[in-house]
Amino acid sequence: MKCISLAECWEETITFPGPEDTGLGIQTSQSQATLLSIFSQEYQKHIKRTHAKHHTSEAIESYYQRYLNGVVKNGAAPVLLDLANEVDYAPSLMARLILERFLQEHEETAPSKSVINSMLRDPSQIPDGVLANQVYQCIVNDCCYGPLVDCIKHAIGHEHEVLLRDLLLEKNLSFLDEDQLRAKGYDKTPDFILQVPVAVEGHIIHWIESKASFGDECSHHAYLHDQFWSYWNRFGPGLVIYWYGFIQELDCNRERGILLKACFPTNIVTLCHSLA
Amino acid sequence: MAAVLESLLREEVSVAAVVRWIAHSTRGSEDNPGEAAALSSLRPLRKEFVPFLLNFLREQSSRVLPQGPPTPAKAPGASAALPGRPGGPSRGSRGARSQLFPPTEAASTAAEAPLARRGGRRRGPGPARERGGRGLEEGVSGENLPGAGGRRLRGSGSPSRPSLTLSDPPNLSNLEEFPPVGSVPPGPAGTKPSRRINPTPVSEERSLSKPKTCFTSPPISCVPSSQPSALDTSPWGLGLPPGCRSLQEEREMLRKERSKQLQQSPTPTCPTPELGSPLPSRAGSLTDEPADPARVSSRQRLELVALVYSSCIAENLVPNLFLELFFVFQLLTARRMVTAKDSDPELSPGVLDSLESPLFQSIHDCVFFAVQVLECHFQVLSNLDKGTLKLLAENERLLCFSPALQGRLRAAYEGSVAKVSLAMPPSAQAVSFQPETDNRANFSSDRAFHTFKKQRDVFYEVLREWEDHHEEPGWDFEKGLGSRIRAMMGQLSAACSHSHFVRLFQKQLLQMCQSPGGAGGTVLGEAPDVLSMLGADKLGRLWRLQERLMAPQSSGGPCPPPTFPGCQGFFRDFILSASSFQFNQHLMDSLSLKIRELNGLALPQHEPSDEDGESDVDWQGERRQFAVVLLSLRLLAKFLGFVAFLPYRGPEPPPTGELQDSILALRSQVPPVLDVRTLLQRGLQARRAVLTVPWLVEFLSFADHVVPLLDYYRDIFILLLRLHRSLVLSQESEGKMCFLNKLLLLAVLGWLFQIPTVPEDLFFLEEGPSDAFEVDTVAPEHGLDAAPVVDQQLLYTCCPYIGELRKLLAWVSGSSGRSGGFMRKITPTTTTGLGAQPSQTSQGLQARLAQAFFHNQPPSLRRTVEFVAERIGSNCVKHIKATLVADLVRQAESLLQEQLVTQGEEGGDPAQLLEILCSQLCPHGAQALALGREFCQRKSPGAVQALLPEETPAAVLSSAENIAVGLATEKACAWLSANITALIRREVKAAVSRTLRAQGPEPAARGERRGCSRACEHHAPLPSHLISEIKDVLSLAVGPRDPDEGVSPEHLEQLLGQLGQTLRCRQFLCPPAEQHLAKCSVELASLLVADQIPILGPPAQYRLERGQARRLLHMLLSLWKEDFQGPVPLQLLLSPRNVGLLADTRPREWDLLLFLLRELVEKGLMGRMEIEACLGSLHQAQWPGDFAEELATLSNLFLAEPPLPEPQLRACELVQPNRGTVLAQS
Repeated sequence: MKCISLAECWEETITFPGPEDTGLGIQTSQSQATLLSIFSQEYQKHIKRTHAKHHTSEAIESYYQRYLNGVVKNGAAPVLLDLANEVDYAPSLMARLILERFLQEHEETAPSKSVINSMLRDPSQIPDGVLANQVYQCIVNDCCYGPLVDCIKHAIGHEHEVLLRDLLLEKNLSFLDEDQLRAKGYDKTPDFILQVPVAVEGHIIHWIESKASFGDECSHHAYLHDQFWSYWNRFGPGLVIYWYGFIQELDCNRERGILLKACFPTNIVTLCHSLA
Repeated sequence: MAAVLESLLREEVSVAAVVRWIAHSTRGSEDNPGEAAALSSLRPLRKEFVPFLLNFLREQSSRVLPQGPPTPAKAPGASAALPGRPGGPSRGSRGARSQLFPPTEAASTAAEAPLARRGGRRRGPGPARERGGRGLEEGVSGENLPGAGGRRLRGSGSPSRPSLTLSDPPNLSNLEEFPPVGSVPPGPAGTKPSRRINPTPVSEERSLSKPKTCFTSPPISCVPSSQPSALDTSPWGLGLPPGCRSLQEEREMLRKERSKQLQQSPTPTCPTPELGSPLPSRAGSLTDEPADPARVSSRQRLELVALVYSSCIAENLVPNLFLELFFVFQLLTARRMVTAKDSDPELSPGVLDSLESPLFQSIHDCVFFAVQVLECHFQVLSNLDKGTLKLLAENERLLCFSPALQGRLRAAYEGSVAKVSLAMPPSAQAVSFQPETDNRANFSSDRAFHTFKKQRDVFYEVLREWEDHHEEPGWDFEKGLGSRIRAMMGQLSAACSHSHFVRLFQKQLLQMCQSPGGAGGTVLGEAPDVLSMLGADKLGRLWRLQERLMAPQSSGGPCPPPTFPGCQGFFRDFILSASSFQFNQHLMDSLSLKIRELNGLALPQHEPSDEDGESDVDWQGERRQFAVVLLSLRLLAKFLGFVAFLPYRGPEPPPTGELQDSILALRSQVPPVLDVRTLLQRGLQARRAVLTVPWLVEFLSFADHVVPLLDYYRDIFILLLRLHRSLVLSQESEGKMCFLNKLLLLAVLGWLFQIPTVPEDLFFLEEGPSDAFEVDTVAPEHGLDAAPVVDQQLLYTCCPYIGELRKLLAWVSGSSGRSGGFMRKITPTTTTGLGAQPSQTSQGLQARLAQAFFHNQPPSLRRTVEFVAERIGSNCVKHIKATLVADLVRQAESLLQEQLVTQGEEGGDPAQLLEILCSQLCPHGAQALALGREFCQRKSPGAVQALLPEETPAAVLSSAENIAVGLATEKACAWLSANITALIRREVKAAVSRTLRAQGPEPAARGERRGCSRACEHHAPLPSHLISEIKDVLSLAVGPRDPDEGVSPEHLEQLLGQLGQTLRCRQFLCPPAEQHLAKCSVELASLLVADQIPILGPPAQYRLERGQARRLLHMLLSLWKEDFQGPVPLQLLLSPRNVGLLADTRPREWDLLLFLLRELVEKGLMGRMEIEACLGSLHQAQWPGDFAEELATLSNLFLAEPPLPEPQLRACELVQPNRGTVLAQS
């Protein structure tokens, strides 16, 4: 994995966003944000790898017993959080696991996903006060999972979309945004579709997708499959901006119609109406 | 047969008479009586003459072109070898051929014919051989021609006369002369067309369709010159030394192997290494025999034969014009004469009167003959592409033998603008998503919509994978993609999904394969300086390199089988792998529809009165449009033919006898997938053959063997044959078909007649050009046929095999080292869409007047008007939608609101609501027509004015405007009157569901949002940053934490300040973020109230001062009151969990909570009742005893407060003693 040995090949393999792109006024430096993004992705990969291990019925049972024993001893102690850290699992996910198990025991029917989600978002709804506190503690102490983190990620994504929108407006490029596309009934919607295509570094761009994360191999391939190629299939070639940089080798589909950038492109060629 | 030729050579009859005799059986009156008499006795043989002549020439040339077989024409029957007694050959021929071409016999016999021949073509005696009682002759020819069927002679004439036939038959068992099919590199090799049959099915392409393999063209010099072939010792191929047998077998195996390799990569985009393999050997033989006009042996005889041959070509008596030209070019470029040791002892220059002596005795003869023929066909040559012309003009032999012709060719070259570019098709581009056809409204269910969404992506995924891998050796479509494609097809359950997918498939097909144009095309035939610097040897190599680079040219000889080059291969393989009958059916439906639509497109017609300059500009547009339509049609028709005949094709030989009869009976009941016969008839009548015939040929080229035997298709073939015969190139007249149009039709028809599934006899079966073919009775004055719509680019694009001529010459010229060969230059060409599709107007006098008006105007005027009408009409509908319908929708919304207010929240059944609204609103749709009319009236004239040239006369302009207005109105009103109600309904329905949704769970989120002020520079902290910061505080408060961890009060204050900024800026704020901020702020307040936030400071001070806490709470209250636009979940303050935080504190302090509650009420953030309810429900929770008591006290205290603002401050003070009591109690 290229990103692991960051120290060695940091500069070569990763396209950083340029210093001029710190339009969001984030206090941290861009490379720090990039590092955080990479860390988050790596952690998520790690959790994905070990996910199954924690979801065997034996594991769940053992965690639940440990939790029960723990809170019986001292309900105010961070039982659940310590348990999660001890078994190297995300606290929020551990909270979900125990909550599910708890509800199974206390309610006749298996809890639906939406009920669980709602309780995680608002632990006050959890019938057991101690568990509610334990769950809340897990959620506020989790740096990669949980409703709060999800919201932060979503907010970051949204902020960058807004930034991109402003840049497009500034450049006088007319576009349709996701909401407008959805209203028209498009089945797949990039962040922006340009009403008049432009060229960036010699490549035609019909749409632009903003990604407020680091473009690593794993996430990029997932995005290609779920989003970028789908956009290409419908709207032609386009541009993806990974605001926190990306691994350079991933930018290999330029000819095919997917261009990667770490910032808003500077040299945009527009259709010249006077020549048309 | 030969008798005719002999009497011709003896000058008993004139060439003109012979040609008349062949072409027009019924017209003998112009001939002089002597000629007529001489020929009339031969009347029964008339039809056999041409096949005889063609075979004769091929045989005669076999010594000159030992590398290839005597090129058989697709000419059945007549032996080339039977000079002599008229009676003998006549009987013999007829006897032999009576089963094959019985013009007067029953249809059933005729129907059998091709099968009989097919059988005969197989190695060894076929069923046909046993039948028919050929007797001795059969034995003779059978021995000599073991695989001889094909286009070659059949009844080899009189056994009683062992003349040329028996002494000099070409050695058909010699595999050097007759290499099996597929051994031919499609490359530059001067290839000789042949319909030799290889019994093994070698063609992947054709394996589905034909048991007999396609004819093909062996390379000129498959035999390295150094290797003495059997031919060297026996020029006519007789008496192969027995020892050669094994060698032959080896060679055949080798060839098969090669052919397999070739066939495995049938797409021209992947040239095989074999491509150039003949070249080195050829280079070795290059220096042989310069041709010398002075050494021609029997000029007069050659001239005569050349004249007859030329006349046959000119009269379209030969099946394939370009095949004959190719043959002639081969003669012209022949390298070497096989020395015939035993030949010509009695030969003398005076021998003219017989065919005893070989026609071509030397290279000189060949070249002389070829030049003679070419002179007669200068017109065709001059219409070839510039590159070919250049090579011809540079040909040394031509210069030597006919300086005049060379001069004319040079002049033609210099004047030619016919640069032809055969560019690679552009790489895949996706079909764009069009909401009108692709959005949810076009699907029966959400599921179907989402399934199709996925399918679109899978389709392109498969396409991309194919693009990446199909050229890799060993990659197999079926293996690589088959299962994925079938899985995808399996998901297409609903019929409507099939039609959606087919639409995507067809559009993608057209987009990728329709035009070989696109940027970066290259031009054939320009000699660059670089090349002239390279030597001949290098040129050969360079040529091969270019051949590889420019694969589309290699079309597999002058008569290649139908193929799916380039991207087309993907679509073919997709159809095969999908093997879904539903898909195929929908595809056929869709292709048929599109073909009908395009075929019926009102393409502009030629006006002879056009002035030069402008009309030229116009014509470029016309041609481009025509080319786009024609190429699209050909592509669609090819795939329609492929799919339609797919179930009937198989590798097994076609059935015979009774089995065949029953199949015929069955198949004749099946209606054709598209009524091509009617379309052809109409096309001919409307003089649109130039559009209809080329695609029909593509369609028919995929027919199975039974098809030509069906009456329905037989009619079509007969029509095509008559058309072919009527396309005499030399006859040009006003209002008739243009030269290049004819040339295109001749080329495609000639190609079709060589397709193996088309019976060989078909061409010669038909009587001469029947006068009944005059179908022009209702033809318009100037049909499309008379318009110069075809140019060389289109001709070569449709018929890449014509390029073989150039390749043949190019190799010669390149190898001669004299000229620079040829090279390509890049000219960008553009592909265009189909452009405006003229609206169909055919009603009423006004329409006829409009037509008449356009008739004498330049075509651009009509196009402009139709375009404007089409666009304005369409815009009119959109305009109505944006104005009238939008107004109605707004009305609907307000009506609905009223309804909801009167009926309460739930408002009743949505469907019922919709009905009520629609019944009120739809009547207003009637205004649409008036509004539409007004819109068209207003908008059209300006558009027409802008698009027409300034000098357009005022009257013409105003008529054009009026017509545009009329057409646009007609179009718009037709649509509106049919659809306006449905449209209103649909929009209102959408509005209703929108409004009802807005009533639903998240009303506040949908409310109008205030943006930040104009002056705002959006420098507020980002929401994500703030959530993150607050989360940090929360996690510190909730713990676990180190003893020295905490936050400073200043930090908390700063944080809340930032929160205020962010909430006021809103630039980057999205609803979920705001919701979370609200929730976090409530959590923060609870922690403040419970004094749970660890404060940094002097070590002792771990608790927030009360004053500070209150200040912070005040800030929060103000944020909740002023800045949050979404709902703030304040009730969480009184949730058991948050109140429970107090339980853990020692001593418990309730004052902040009470303070907060009072402020909430005071600020109107929460109602007293609401708080009371929350407090009430708190009592139900399980608390420690003392805590419950304190809680009860708090409730009482809060409830005891008078609901007046003024005394509240005092009330806060009053809390203190209470707290004291509480503390005391605890």
